[in-house]
Amino acid sequence: MSTQHHAKPAPVGGPLLNAVTLTAGILIAIMAAILVVRLFYGLGSVTALNDGYPWGIWIVVDVMIGSAFACGGFSVAMLVYIFNKGEYHPLVRPALLASLFGYTLAGVAVIVDLGRWWNVWNMYWPWSANPNSVMFEVAICITLYIIVMWIEFAPTFFEKFGMDAAKRKLSKIMFIIIALGTLLPMMHQSSLGTLWVVLGAQVHPLWQTPLVPLLFLLTAIIMGYAVVLFESCVASSAYRRSIEMNLLTPMAKVMLGLVAAYIVVRFGDLIWRGALGLAFGFSLETVMFWLEMACFFAPFLLIGTEVQRRSPARLFLAGIVIMLGGSLLRLNGFLIGYNTGGAYQYFPSLTEVLVTVGMFSIEVLGYIIITRRFPVLPREEAHA
Amino acid sequence: MSTRRDFLKRALAGTIVGAGATAGNVALARETYKVPPGGLGLLYDATLCVGCKACVAACKEANGNPPEFNTVDQLWDTPLDTSGNTFNIIKMYRNGTMEKKDAETNGYSFMKTSCLHCADPSCVSACPVSAMTKNPVTGIVEYNPDKCIGCRYCVAACPFGIPKYQYNDPLGRIGKCELCNHRHKDGHYSACAEVCPTGATLFGKTADLLAEARRRLALKPGEITTYPRGRLGDAAAPNVNWRVEPDQSYEGVVANYQQHIYGEKEYGGTQVLKLSGVPFEKVGMPKLPPYSSAATSETIQHTLYGGLIMPVAVLGALAWVAKRNVKPEAEEGDKS
Repeated sequence: MSTQHHAKPAPVGGPLLNAVTLTAGILIAIMAAILVVRLFYGLGSVTALNDGYPWGIWIVVDVMIGSAFACGGFSVAMLVYIFNKGEYHPLVRPALLASLFGYTLAGVAVIVDLGRWWNVWNMYWPWSANPNSVMFEVAICITLYIIVMWIEFAPTFFEKFGMDAAKRKLSKIMFIIIALGTLLPMMHQSSLGTLWVVLGAQVHPLWQTPLVPLLFLLTAIIMGYAVVLFESCVASSAYRRSIEMNLLTPMAKVMLGLVAAYIVVRFGDLIWRGALGLAFGFSLETVMFWLEMACFFAPFLLIGTEVQRRSPARLFLAGIVIMLGGSLLRLNGFLIGYNTGGAYQYFPSLTEVLVTVGMFSIEVLGYIIITRRFPVLPREEAHA
Repeated sequence: MSTRRDFLKRALAGTIVGAGATAGNVALARETYKVPPGGLGLLYDATLCVGCKACVAACKEANGNPPEFNTVDQLWDTPLDTSGNTFNIIKMYRNGTMEKKDAETNGYSFMKTSCLHCADPSCVSACPVSAMTKNPVTGIVEYNPDKCIGCRYCVAACPFGIPKYQYNDPLGRIGKCELCNHRHKDGHYSACAEVCPTGATLFGKTADLLAEARRRLALKPGEITTYPRGRLGDAAAPNVNWRVEPDQSYEGVVANYQQHIYGEKEYGGTQVLKLSGVPFEKVGMPKLPPYSSAATSETIQHTLYGGLIMPVAVLGALAWVAKRNVKPEAEEGDKS
C-alpha cells in the first residue's frame, strides 16, 4: 500500500505577489465593500432575491455547488484510505486543501446570506434544535466536517513548524478522523439534495424525487474526482510542474464507472416515477435538463478509451464538463426548475455575482499562498 | 486487477445500500399530521366577500405593519401580494365582461391570501432552529424572531408562498399571519374576521368551521339562509375569554358553490378553510396532494438518521477499514 515511493510534499516556493494574486485581492476587496452595504441596508440592497426566489446564487452556487466542488478531498481520501488505493496518496493533500477552502467559504457564504445572522448560535443551541429539519442536519454536519478537515490537514502545519510530537500523536487517531471525514460529507452532500424534497411540487418533476439524496451523493463524489483532474492540470501548468498522469489516468476510469452508475440511477428514477416524458418538448426546463445530462454523457466521448485517458487536455475537459453537469443538477433543481406559482423572477444582480466571484477568489488566493509556503504538493524532482 | 474489481464491487454495494435505504421510506413512512382537535382557524367564503379590503387594513393595524405603495401618488396602502409587511390581502379573479359575481366565465370573484395554518406545515419541518412552530393546542403556526436566523428555508418550502422575508431591512424578519394570537389575551380574535362586514371571513375552531362549510355546500343555490359574522361558536382556547359580542348573523341568498372545501384535504388539511363559486385553481389556490411534503422529507431524514443508528454503524465500518489501511506515521513514516 502506501509504503511505495511517494515524493514527499514540499512548498512550491516563489513570489506571493503576482498578477493572479493581485487580481484575486482586488476582487476580494470589491466583495468586502458590497458586503458592508449588505450589512447596513439588508439583503435587498445588493441582491435580486425576492419571496418567489428566496435563495439565489449565494446559496446555490457558493454553498451547494461550492461545497460539491470541495469534495475532492473526500473523494480521494475515500479512494486511498477506504478502498486502500495507496498509490493515489500524493493527490490527497492538494485535494484536501481545496476542500478545506471550499467548505470554509461555503460556511462563510451561508453567514453572509443569513437574514438574521446574529441568531446563528441557535443552530447549535440544543433547545432550538429541530432534528426534523434537513437544514439542521446539513448545518451540523458541515460544521463538524470543517473542523474534521482542519484536523486532517493539520500535519501540513505541524511539518512546516517542526511540531513532530504533535504530528505523531495525531497520526495515532488519524483513522477516526479519516472515517469521520468520509462519513460527514456523505451525510450532508446527500442531504443538500434532500433540502428540496420539502419544497414538494414547486420543484419540477424532472428533479423532484425521493431519490435526490442518492443523486447528490453520487454527483458529489464524481465531482470530487473531476475537480482533482481539473485542479491537477491547472496546478501543473501554472506552477510548470509535471502532471501526475500515472495517477490521473486510472482515477479517471474510476470516475467514469461512477458516472455510468449515476446515469443508470438518474434515468431509472425518471422512468420509475413516469417523469421521463416531461423531458421531451421545448421549455427552459427541458433544455436545461438535456444540457445537464449531456455533461454526464460527454466524458464517455472525451475519455472513453485508455488512450484518450492518457491525454491531459482530455482529462482536463472531462473534469470541466463533469463539474458543469453536477452544478447544473443543483442549479436546475433549486432555481431553474423551482416555481412558486407567482409572477416572481430572479436573475442575479451584478453585486450578487461579484460577491460569488469574491468568494471563489479567496479560494484561489488561499490555495496559492498555502501551496507556495506549506508542504502540500509533492516535491518536484529534477525532471521539471 | 482484482483490487479494481473489488473496488467496483464495493462501490456498487454502497450504491445499493443507499438506494435501499431511500426506498425503505415507503414502508416506514411517517403519516401526515392531522389538525389538532382544538385547532383554530378561519372560514373564507368568497361568495360572501364584497372586496372591501377592510380585513387588509385591519390586519395591517393589528400587526403594526407599514403601508406598501404601488401607485404613483403613494396615497393608499396598495400591496400586490402578501409580503414581509403584508400578511393578508384580497386578490381578484376576472373573466370576460365581469358581469356576474362568482361565475367562472364573464364573472369575477375575490380570494383571500393569508397563512392557512397547515396541519403538517412545511415551514415548521424546514426551520432548522425551531423559530417556526405549530402550537400543539391551537395549531397556530407561530414565528419567533428571536430564534430565526433568516435562512428563508420556510419561504422556499411553503406551497402557498406564505412566509415572506423583509429584504430591505438589515434586521429583516419573516412575516406571516399568526391568527392575531397576540390579541387573544385581550379577548380579541383575528382582526380580519372581526371587521368583516359580511361574515366572508369567520373565526372559530376548524372543526366548527368545517361543519359550517358543509352546511353551506348542502344548501340549494338561491335559497335563503342565515350567515354568522365574526366568531363562530365558542372557539374555546386555553386562557382565552373572548369578548362578548351581540348576535351579528343575517339572512342572505345562497350562491352557486363549487362542491369543494379547500383546505379540508389539501396537504393533509389546513386550519383555514375556503369556499368559492369559481374553481379554486382559477382563483390562485394550488392543486395539492392530500399529504404533506414535510412527511416525505422527514421520512427520508429519519430513515437515514433516526437515532443516529445508520451514521454510527457506517462510521464504525469506515473506522475499521481506515484503521487497517492507515498505518500511524504512514504519511512520512517510511522516510522514503
